[in-house]
Amino acid sequence: MDSELTRMTAAGIAALVAAGEVSAVEVAAAHLDRIEAVDERVHAFLHVAADSALRAARAIDDRRAAGQPLGPLAGVPLALKDVFTTTDMPTTCGSRILEGWRPPYDATVTGRLRRAGIVILGKANMDEFAMGSSTENSAFGPSRNPWDLSRVPGGSSGGSSAAVAAFEAPLAIGTDTGGSIRQPGAVTGIVGVKPTYGGSSRYGVVAFASSLDTPGPLARTVLDAALLHEAMSGHDPCDSTSVDAPVPPVVAAARQADVSGLRIGVVTELNGEGYQPGVITRFTEAVELLESMGAKVTEVSCPHFGYALPAYYLIAPSECSSNLARFDAMRYGLRVGDDGTRSAEEVMSLTRAAGFGAEVKRRIILGTYALSSGYYDAYYGKAQQVRTLITRDFDKAFEQVDVLVSPATPTTAFPIGERADDPMAMYLADLCTIPSNLAGNAAISVPCGLAPEDGLPVGLQVMAPVLADDRMYRVAAAVEAALGQRRGHPLLDEANGLGEARPGQEGRR
Amino acid sequence: MTETITAVPYDEAIARYEPLIGLETHVELGTITKMFCGCPAAFGAEPNAAVCPVCLGLPGSLPVTNRSAIEYTIRIGLALNCSIASWCRFARKNYFYPDMPKDYQISQYDEPLCTDGWLDIVVDGIDFRVGIERVHMEEDTGKSLHVGGATGRIHGADYSLVDYNRSGIPLVEVVTKPVPGTGTLAPVVARAYVTELREVLRALGVSDVRMEEGSLRCDVNTSLAPRGASQWGTRTETKNVNSLRSVERAVRSEIERQAAVLDAGGRVIQETRHFHEESGLTTSGRSKEEAQDYRYFPEPDLVPVAPAAEWVEQLRATLPELPSARRARLQAEWGLSDLDMTALGNAGALDLVADTVTAGATPADARKWWLGELSRHANESGTELAALAVTPAQVARIAAIVASGALNDTLARQVLEGVLAGQGSPDEIVAARGLAVVSDDATLLAAIDAAIAAHQDVAAKIRNGKAAAAGALVGAVMKATRGQADAARVRELILERLGQAYPLRDP
Repeated sequence: MDSELTRMTAAGIAALVAAGEVSAVEVAAAHLDRIEAVDERVHAFLHVAADSALRAARAIDDRRAAGQPLGPLAGVPLALKDVFTTTDMPTTCGSRILEGWRPPYDATVTGRLRRAGIVILGKANMDEFAMGSSTENSAFGPSRNPWDLSRVPGGSSGGSSAAVAAFEAPLAIGTDTGGSIRQPGAVTGIVGVKPTYGGSSRYGVVAFASSLDTPGPLARTVLDAALLHEAMSGHDPCDSTSVDAPVPPVVAAARQADVSGLRIGVVTELNGEGYQPGVITRFTEAVELLESMGAKVTEVSCPHFGYALPAYYLIAPSECSSNLARFDAMRYGLRVGDDGTRSAEEVMSLTRAAGFGAEVKRRIILGTYALSSGYYDAYYGKAQQVRTLITRDFDKAFEQVDVLVSPATPTTAFPIGERADDPMAMYLADLCTIPSNLAGNAAISVPCGLAPEDGLPVGLQVMAPVLADDRMYRVAAAVEAALGQRRGHPLLDEANGLGEARPGQEGRR
Repeated sequence: MTETITAVPYDEAIARYEPLIGLETHVELGTITKMFCGCPAAFGAEPNAAVCPVCLGLPGSLPVTNRSAIEYTIRIGLALNCSIASWCRFARKNYFYPDMPKDYQISQYDEPLCTDGWLDIVVDGIDFRVGIERVHMEEDTGKSLHVGGATGRIHGADYSLVDYNRSGIPLVEVVTKPVPGTGTLAPVVARAYVTELREVLRALGVSDVRMEEGSLRCDVNTSLAPRGASQWGTRTETKNVNSLRSVERAVRSEIERQAAVLDAGGRVIQETRHFHEESGLTTSGRSKEEAQDYRYFPEPDLVPVAPAAEWVEQLRATLPELPSARRARLQAEWGLSDLDMTALGNAGALDLVADTVTAGATPADARKWWLGELSRHANESGTELAALAVTPAQVARIAAIVASGALNDTLARQVLEGVLAGQGSPDEIVAARGLAVVSDDATLLAAIDAAIAAHQDVAAKIRNGKAAAAGALVGAVMKATRGQADAARVRELILERLGQAYPLRDP
């Protein structure tokens, strides 16, 4: 039963708990056991909160016993990216500079999860301050891809994706600034969602790039992602950039799973050179599949998408250079060199030198430069203009089609170490995902098979207009259903990084 | 940095150079909560008691703009004849300092909420229109306390403490355009501008405008150009100017110093200077030429401020009467001369007189008490008029008792002494001291006869028709009755007694 519990969907677990067929404590314990068994190899978690998880689970069981209503995800365990503040767990953002920091307040998302009866198992690993695409920038060591432990699980929400793909949690929360949910989702064969910017609250999310950061769900099924999307979303008066509008009906859309008559645009610019052949193969098949299900597929050009990556690498570092200034050793976190002989400035400088990793420093320096007087117009200012052009590309495209599709990533999961010393190669992992961050619209990555050449998962990205998040869930759910039917078993059954593959009768594809 | 120049006497400096001044005034708004969080904005809590994740800049926290602060700022902008932006943004001003929890300050940069207005002032009968460049919003920083060391500055201190209660208090910065053509009046114009601005802010009720508590802080920009030059000189920015008097002194001192630098063939350095209250001099702070780059960029955590035109018009319609209009109205109502009004203004007595009139006194009585007896008290005790321990209502009551004839001026002054000494209300003091004008003729006649007996020569003159000589006898009677006699009645009785019933009063 225990191993079956960890293989279940969130919706399935919630139904069992609600029906009293299994207790939330049993569910939590099964997942804690699973973490105990595999996380030494996967390293999805920076902190496992067994006691508080069991306490939260017991509270759910008590509520049920008392006849109180339970939410649709009550009793379901979850891995929370270590960028969300939690009063009962440390919050490190994968950085030495925050090692051991225990926030005095819960992030809005953290609070919503608790109130939904979701059981937080612990804090998931991540690239330091969410800067990276592999978790190799975590100060506490990389997480590993359950499909192949020598490969990265994507990033920056790689601890979250690895935890879900390794069955350590049916659900995880990540943040997506340039693709940090969708890319790890894609390369671990799970669903990753970046909601519309402002659809989910940033209050209590330690900021990387404020105008881009978007919390979102990771799950093994589209419906599970939608359930978590609804549970975590909605207007938050503590976040000025939070959208004061109803949450799009994503759960209904995920159940609808129907694309007949839907106009789908294939983005011309997100294809071709630099894309792994197997990724293109699976992507093309997915598009054909959608067409066969009644969608109207056309090709749509977004001419400025080619400038998205350079624009992003000016805007995100600029904002981060300011957001990360507060880590100055004065009030919390690491403090280096405070021996009574040094000035505050010297202590700040020594602490930041010791506490930040190389990639964080690189981006702080880049951003500081881009905002400097005399360079602002040429860099930050120009990048903002590009951002406007990309938003216009989306606006024009969505006049012609209902959603846009592309591969979620140019390649499948790459080996740990391969790109660690080549930032440009690392940055290219987010080539397809960045445009939606710049424009603020919704996007999802849903598995669309395994690349023939390496047997690793490929993600299909579906992009929808701002606040039309439900549309992309319809498409993703339809693809998931059709491919699942064709395959006859969940894609993740074929993951063998932990030597546990359960290939179905139809074999691997 | 030691400076060895000898200042040029002010008149000489002004004879050779034309000054240009400009002022930047920071105003702490009197909102209930802080600029971007719900913490109380009040002054005086225990250190670090009025703080939360937002104003401590804790990781993950986010600002939310205080609507009242925007409203207050718009009201200030409207009162200063500014245009109100229909859309503007906050910006981040980035620099590292321990009392700034985020190591950036949320401010406004190139998109201020209010722009391009003016404030009219009058100095020595000359009208000056001070242009207002901008009025923008920002958050205050925490407050550092440097313990140990000689200077109280961070350098040399044993350790430093930071109180973040002030962090996030809403600030408005009012920046003037350069004010040309002030000539020798430059220091006085600067002072008059800050005085008038303070009056405007007080009338709007947006701040308690206390310079000594730092809720109104002033930076003064000064530059000099040789008379007839086609270009303005390099300016300095003087900080730490914490009283109206200091505003005037700081400008004067900078003019004298810069004149000396220029006389010596030197170059004025664009820099921040600190004003010293004790010496009245400024000393060099950090140089602006090697200034930090604040790397301003639009604050991505906040949505733009876009006040609806209807809201702005509603605020405009509900602006209170502004000080200049009020002064004109009161002057007309009270029938006072320009000189009287200036005297009231300089003494800081306008509101006190107005309140005293409201409490029932005649404008003439109210003005007489506040500019006379009470001003003398304030001068002697070195305090402001408003700080005296007497209320306008009490002053009005004293005036009323005098008007009823129950007290004369001498007795009324005694009552006032009692009120100032905290002995109670005017009526209580009258009762307690048994003060009352003696108008009982029998009592007075006894004293008058005694006075006539003692001053036969004076009495003779009066009998001979010199009624004016009666003053000496009145004085003697008043002395004998310890001031409690009704002097007018005494005079009448003396003249009657000495056969000079007419005229009753001197013509």
